[in-house]
Amino acid sequence: MNLLDWLVLLGAVVGVAGYGTWRTRHTDNLNTYLKGNSTTKWGTIGLSVMATQASTITYLSLPGQATENGIAFIQNYFGLPLALIVVCAVFLPIYRKLGVYTAYEYLGQRFDRKTRLLGAGIFVFQRGLQAGITIYAPAIILSTVLGWRLDLTIICTGLLAIVYTVTGGSAAVNLTQKWQMGVIFGGMLSAFVILLTKLPADALPIAGALGKLQAVDYNPDLKVRYTVWSGVLGGFFLSLSYFGTDQSQVQRYIGGARLREGRLGLMFNALLKIPMQLFIVILGALLFVFYQFQPHAPVVYNQTQWQRQLKGPEAANFRALEEKYTVLHDQKQEKIRAWAAAQNAHNPAVTAEARRDMLAAQSAADAVRKEARTALQAADPTTKKTKDSDFVFIHFILTQLPHGIIGLLLAVMFASALSSKAGELNALGTTSTIDLWRTFRPLSAHDEARNVRTAKAFTAFWGLFAIAFALFVSFAENLIEALNIVASIFYPALLGVFVVAFFLKHVKGTAVFWAAVAAQTVVIAIFFVGKAYPAREIGYLWLNPIGCFTCVIFAVILQGALPQNDSKAA
Amino acid sequence: MKTSSNPPPPPEEAPGVPGFRTWLGVYLFVLAAFIVVVLVLTLFTRTYA
Repeated sequence: MNLLDWLVLLGAVVGVAGYGTWRTRHTDNLNTYLKGNSTTKWGTIGLSVMATQASTITYLSLPGQATENGIAFIQNYFGLPLALIVVCAVFLPIYRKLGVYTAYEYLGQRFDRKTRLLGAGIFVFQRGLQAGITIYAPAIILSTVLGWRLDLTIICTGLLAIVYTVTGGSAAVNLTQKWQMGVIFGGMLSAFVILLTKLPADALPIAGALGKLQAVDYNPDLKVRYTVWSGVLGGFFLSLSYFGTDQSQVQRYIGGARLREGRLGLMFNALLKIPMQLFIVILGALLFVFYQFQPHAPVVYNQTQWQRQLKGPEAANFRALEEKYTVLHDQKQEKIRAWAAAQNAHNPAVTAEARRDMLAAQSAADAVRKEARTALQAADPTTKKTKDSDFVFIHFILTQLPHGIIGLLLAVMFASALSSKAGELNALGTTSTIDLWRTFRPLSAHDEARNVRTAKAFTAFWGLFAIAFALFVSFAENLIEALNIVASIFYPALLGVFVVAFFLKHVKGTAVFWAAVAAQTVVIAIFFVGKAYPAREIGYLWLNPIGCFTCVIFAVILQGALPQNDSKAA
Repeated sequence: MKTSSNPPPPPEEAPGVPGFRTWLGVYLFVLAAFIVVVLVLTLFTRTYA
């Protein structure tokens, strides 16, 4: 990085945060602080919803995942447009009609206090931990590559998000997210265009022949993680939980001048989310082709740690692996060129044989890469905390892009971390104030200035908690994976509660509360049975419909069995 | 406040999008766009994979 990169990075990241802080510094109205400006238009809401969902992992890890495993992950988003239609048609009008600040406030009005606290508690527990991961995950990769201190990267990113989120609340989050999305779109598009200029003409056929372009899979096997079926059905329930019941999203579209603005903002996402994610995974697949034609393609992309090992006590072993890979990589390059020539000559028999040779060469090269990763993890256990594929895109950015654009792409990474973190903190502060603090301190409910101060204090608390947690995570291996699993386990029962609330009017609080507890137990049991007996394990997306349906069915059964005078609204 | 059912639905507001008079039309358009995307991706997969 040179001075130009630093200027672009700081200008884009600190500039946007500073602008958001300054513009919203006088936000002292509770409604504006928690819901954003009442004049917010659909474009801002749409970008805000998109920015909250897409964290740095989307832009940093997804291209790497596509480089490694192809673009099948896109199917994960197939349920999203359908879920957003349901949120627009059912969830949003009710939230707007009741004028609630949080989704869980609605549960209190529809059921009772314990169900509201259950919903708010699940959200705060899960999202509070995720807020730490939102900072930690990009920080460990960027600090490794750029040579920055991990703790300082975490603290600086976290504090920056806290400053403007605490100052302006939802108004600041919406405003900054709009500009941050501008930085993200500009940066990703620049990287894509530059990558295209470096590719051979037949890049797409090569990526396809090497198995990177299978976008859809109609295989009905439940054990296959990403298929059209798991994407549409499992993805639908996952997206419905996330957009309909997770306060970090509800808060983005619940405000706005009119109901129309929130609806159009969500429809904007329903139309553009899949194309946007497709753009990112295609970028990853093309990165794969790019590296096939590099004379010195890295054996592992985490080059900082690899170069360190080349100077360490096991240097000879690492150098031997590197040389072995270089030979196999050159052979693979020849096979790819032979396949492309056969393809252009329209000779099916020769093409098929060339393709077999090419795939065999790829397998041989992949085996050495795997060997190299294992050796690196054995020599430096800290590398187990990241996947090597996470470093593919950042390696391309730092080695292939011109100065200025490098700064812009790093700004993309920080802008996405800040935008998703700000959305989370804003929602955590709001839920803590409205559903927890105000529930137990009802006399304070009408003191608006005090409520704003409390919301600011809770937002700051969650921001500091996230920083502390992110610093702690760096000492605990595999915690990120564990937390992602926790998140996918807790959503379905919560969605079941909302489905009952919206569609089963005769079911009351006690029945749905215990149904949610039972459904949660079932989901956890299925998950652990799958872990104990891997042959019976199902793709995690399927936990979403299972948990939701279980909650709904249990609620109906319990309602029939329980006395009918149980409900007290909160 | 005690409520045992959802509030009455709010009056429908026109989407205000050229070419669409109702929200149902908007939803059907989004649904159709999604189906087209899946079909295009299926074609893409068959062409290249």
